[in-house]
Amino acid sequence: MSTAADVTAAGLDPAALAGYEGHPPRMGFFTDTSVCIGCKACEVACKEWNSVPEDGLQLTGMSYDNSVSLNASTWRHVAFIEQIGHGPPDATADGAHSVDGAVDAAQPDAPRWLMASDVCKHCTEAACLDVCPTGALIRTEFGTVVVQDDICNGCGYCVPACPFGVIGRRESDGGAHKCTLCYDRLGDGLTPACAKACPTESIQFGPVDELRERAQQRVSELHENGTDSARLYLQDPGDGIGGGGAFFLLLDEPEVYGLPPDPVVTTRDLPRMWRHVATAAGGLAATAVAACLGWRGSQR
Amino acid sequence: MAEAHPVGFQWVMEAKARGATLIHVDPRFSRTSAMADLHVPIRAGSDIAFLGGLVRYVLENERYFREYVLNYTNAPVILTEEFADTEDLNGVFSGLDRERRAYDFKTWRYQGEEGWADGADGIGPEELLQVRQAARGEVHGSGGAAAHPVPDTDPTLQHPRCVFQVLKRHFARYTPEMVAQVTGVPEHVFRQVAELITQNSGPDKTTAFVYSVGWTQHTVGVQYIRTAAILQSLLGNMGRPGGGIMALRGHASIQGSTDIPTLFDLLPGYLPMPHVHSNDDLDTYVAAEKTDKGFKANTREYLVSLLKAWWGEAATADSDFCYDYLPRLTGSHGTYDTVLEQINGNCRGYFLFGQNPAVGSANARMQRLGMANLDWLVVRDMVLIESATFWQNGPEIETGELRTEDIRTEVFFLPAAAHTEKNGSFTNTQRMLQWHHQAVEPAGDARSDLWFTYHLGSRIQAKLAASSDEMDEPVQQLTWDYPVAGPLDEPDAEAVLTEINGRDRRGRPLSSYTQLKSDGSTTCGCWIYCGARAGGVNQTARRKPGREQSWVAPEWGWAWPANRRILYNRASADPDGRPWSDRKALVWWDADKGKWTGHDVPDFIADRPPSYRPPDDARGVDAISGIDPFVMQSDGKAWLFAPAGLVDGPLPAHYEPQESPLSNPLYAQQHNPVRQILEHPEDRFEPSGSQPGSEVFPYVTTTYRLTEHHTAGGMSRFLPYLAELQPAMFCEVSPELAAERGLEHMGWATIVTARAAIEARVMVTRRMTPLSLDGRRIHQIGLPWHWGPNGYTTGDAANELAHMSLDPNVHIQEVKAMTCDIRPGRRPRGPELRDLVRQYQQRAGITGQTGTEL
Repeated sequence: MSTAADVTAAGLDPAALAGYEGHPPRMGFFTDTSVCIGCKACEVACKEWNSVPEDGLQLTGMSYDNSVSLNASTWRHVAFIEQIGHGPPDATADGAHSVDGAVDAAQPDAPRWLMASDVCKHCTEAACLDVCPTGALIRTEFGTVVVQDDICNGCGYCVPACPFGVIGRRESDGGAHKCTLCYDRLGDGLTPACAKACPTESIQFGPVDELRERAQQRVSELHENGTDSARLYLQDPGDGIGGGGAFFLLLDEPEVYGLPPDPVVTTRDLPRMWRHVATAAGGLAATAVAACLGWRGSQR
Repeated sequence: MAEAHPVGFQWVMEAKARGATLIHVDPRFSRTSAMADLHVPIRAGSDIAFLGGLVRYVLENERYFREYVLNYTNAPVILTEEFADTEDLNGVFSGLDRERRAYDFKTWRYQGEEGWADGADGIGPEELLQVRQAARGEVHGSGGAAAHPVPDTDPTLQHPRCVFQVLKRHFARYTPEMVAQVTGVPEHVFRQVAELITQNSGPDKTTAFVYSVGWTQHTVGVQYIRTAAILQSLLGNMGRPGGGIMALRGHASIQGSTDIPTLFDLLPGYLPMPHVHSNDDLDTYVAAEKTDKGFKANTREYLVSLLKAWWGEAATADSDFCYDYLPRLTGSHGTYDTVLEQINGNCRGYFLFGQNPAVGSANARMQRLGMANLDWLVVRDMVLIESATFWQNGPEIETGELRTEDIRTEVFFLPAAAHTEKNGSFTNTQRMLQWHHQAVEPAGDARSDLWFTYHLGSRIQAKLAASSDEMDEPVQQLTWDYPVAGPLDEPDAEAVLTEINGRDRRGRPLSSYTQLKSDGSTTCGCWIYCGARAGGVNQTARRKPGREQSWVAPEWGWAWPANRRILYNRASADPDGRPWSDRKALVWWDADKGKWTGHDVPDFIADRPPSYRPPDDARGVDAISGIDPFVMQSDGKAWLFAPAGLVDGPLPAHYEPQESPLSNPLYAQQHNPVRQILEHPEDRFEPSGSQPGSEVFPYVTTTYRLTEHHTAGGMSRFLPYLAELQPAMFCEVSPELAAERGLEHMGWATIVTARAAIEARVMVTRRMTPLSLDGRRIHQIGLPWHWGPNGYTTGDAANELAHMSLDPNVHIQEVKAMTCDIRPGRRPRGPELRDLVRQYQQRAGITGQTGTEL
């Protein structure tokens, strides 16, 4: 599938694999959730720039998260996770919660309110792209994954293919939609809208190689400062999606944020499956031929 | 700050990244708390006790910055024998006139002052009271009382009547135990905060305080800030990099709207508005309002230049520079006084520029009742806010109290242009002006406020042009000649800035307020803004990136006064003019060159050596000694004790809010005795503390903003992208309170006060912390206040619940600490809604007298 030239120390080069010669560096996001203040400017800036429609007025009660998840009409989603006291925040739970005065972040059991802005991972090995029958989903010269609205026929194969539940179909136009990493802005040398709007540099945009280094530095820094829970998510080219073009620094297990702990590109097993299918089909064909021959033979 | 000022919060995050410790004191665990090293839940309305505890901690443990305190504050100043403190008078200060509910400040002055010139000479006590109520505290604000330049002092700080000793005695009762009892902050947490703050203050380190309306919106709001000012002065954190007390404002350019004020009691540059009883002519005004010492001594220069800017050729020495054209105050004309006058039928017309009182002001119902009793109302906004439609779909229409056909107010809705559709400046909380450029023409009928004001003025002027009535002269002679351009005849915003900046005799732009003259040869629309167009260049439009200039970034925008980024920065150097430390160097005395220099523009007389001591007969700027960093104060010092300027006491004292579940643990005096109470049958107060009926309203409630919405919602509830992020009004309660009252997560609740009942969805969250005070459990309910009946997301307005008991200095409402009841389910509809409120009033035994005691 790949040649030696396509594989660098940093993993696969998806743009090269897609046939771009002399392409620009792979661009992506490093979302450092340890400095996310939950302002949701990314969500709004994304919708403004990309004309993504409003996605329903529903007060969910999931802390301050009323966007719920990524989908066709939410391309940035900020999760809010309250870790204060024990159990879910409902009236029936043990209500005698009393933080004895202060909440000291240095304490291991200090109450936390985690906030994290999620986005399309722009996987190195992208299943949505693999399964798209029309070629609407493409790999760009920046190594990102983009849906071409005028080609998408709305078949929806990409929707279950995504291991993260990122892409979805929009009822109003039938098409599949997701983050483009602001492909139009990238072409003009601009920063994607969400990263541009982020006031605390929680969303960092740049060449993926640089971002990976920065992420590594940041996580070491946090460990030195005693934040042992800091970890990187999807920055490793050796993981099940070949590393994300968008990756994250999290302060808890991925599941806590609604992210799969060990995602694998859903098309990884396809070649092997197709070999099995071919073998099986071959077997069936041989049987059919044999049966045919047998039938003919019996006619004689 | 992360919650309501996320963009500004990036600098806090940067400080954090550089090792700063972040402490967040707030009743609820907010997005700011999530980023803080330490979150301290506190009982709403108890911050003076908390800060007062810190003041005591600093004094008792000798953690103050002695050299700074000795030289730069009024700690050594001796008070008169007449002064009596709350310690002596059971919770009030000397000078309290119980009948008139006002203080006479005469006993608060420094010993050795000669005479008392507060503009009150020769007028009777009733008139004096009126003058004071007209926000005349502001008169002495930064100008300070006309204190004698050299009061009696004791540099050893031992004299029993010196400010330092008075301060020590005053705060002695604010012990950690008492702090815990009043605020709900446990002693060990309080000590942790005290240690962090004191360890991070001194020659090599500074601590900054940031507050917002969580401090101001109280019946003792100004004294909250005063307590922080005392603490920061003791710690030597004023006038130094990384120090100070930063006020975060409610919306864009609200700093600008006090500098060039939309406030009733001020002229541009914090010059007091003349009062009918005390400022007969220019001479008496100047005599009363100027100080003997410091830059406020030049009040005549500032006012004459302002009058020249406004009335041009007509303003001459012969015409007293048209001083008589200025309106006169007759009392307090704040927004809540105005509402009462509307209801009483005295105020007949009302302009609303980007303000939505039907949702955004305390006791919103009274705001609507006032607006329903006008001849005309002009609403200028981008969308049809509730204040423009109350006559059609307001809550009183639903309850049947008002009928559309009976409301006589003629309402004009005039669409307003957004900031992207006009040129102009914003002034941020750092006193920095930043110019914004028009990107597109306003759509449809939308026009800028400048367009509206200018063309309205021009039409009025045209209508009055032929009048011979003397009353019309101020309008006829007003300079109103801004050039217009473009398809909409938009006035040139920079021409307005040019007028504000000021010109010399030949029309050349001035560069500093020190150039202003009192002979009519200069004009200046706002003396503190003089220099914003220095050299004829729009200094506010400068956008040189920070990385291309020094860390002070003087070429980003323009800060008043004189582009100083840190006010009173003489205090960043020691008495000899050397930086307190290399790490905290900002400005210093260069002895070789004989002038002040440094990273920032020195806030001092450029060539005045640290060793300068004025002769006894020196006046004005000449009277500022080499160690008087606070150059706008009448004595050049930071005031630990405020001899004038505040109408409710020279020192802060913890008083309970107008409505509180507690009897004041600190003093026998429950409330701020001189709080401004606007009495009206629709604005009843609840019983407090041990008063019978207080158990009917057992919970504390506080209002606040969410990141996703903006103030009264006009700029957010109507936008789908913001509305979907917080799509419904909700209240925040702890699981414990939810269990106590049977509230279900995401179910409905009704919140009731003596004014109103509103409904909200219930957010049960451990971010709300019940507090234990002196063995008592105190629950607090959080209420975002963005919602109203119009827009893309609708809901009840939290301000329906609020009352009109106000801070007496600045007339602000107390919406940050009230009491209420909460019950499951939705509120009644129709007339039954008012019945519910009346039932509550009856159960609590509420009358017109309740809560109005001294």
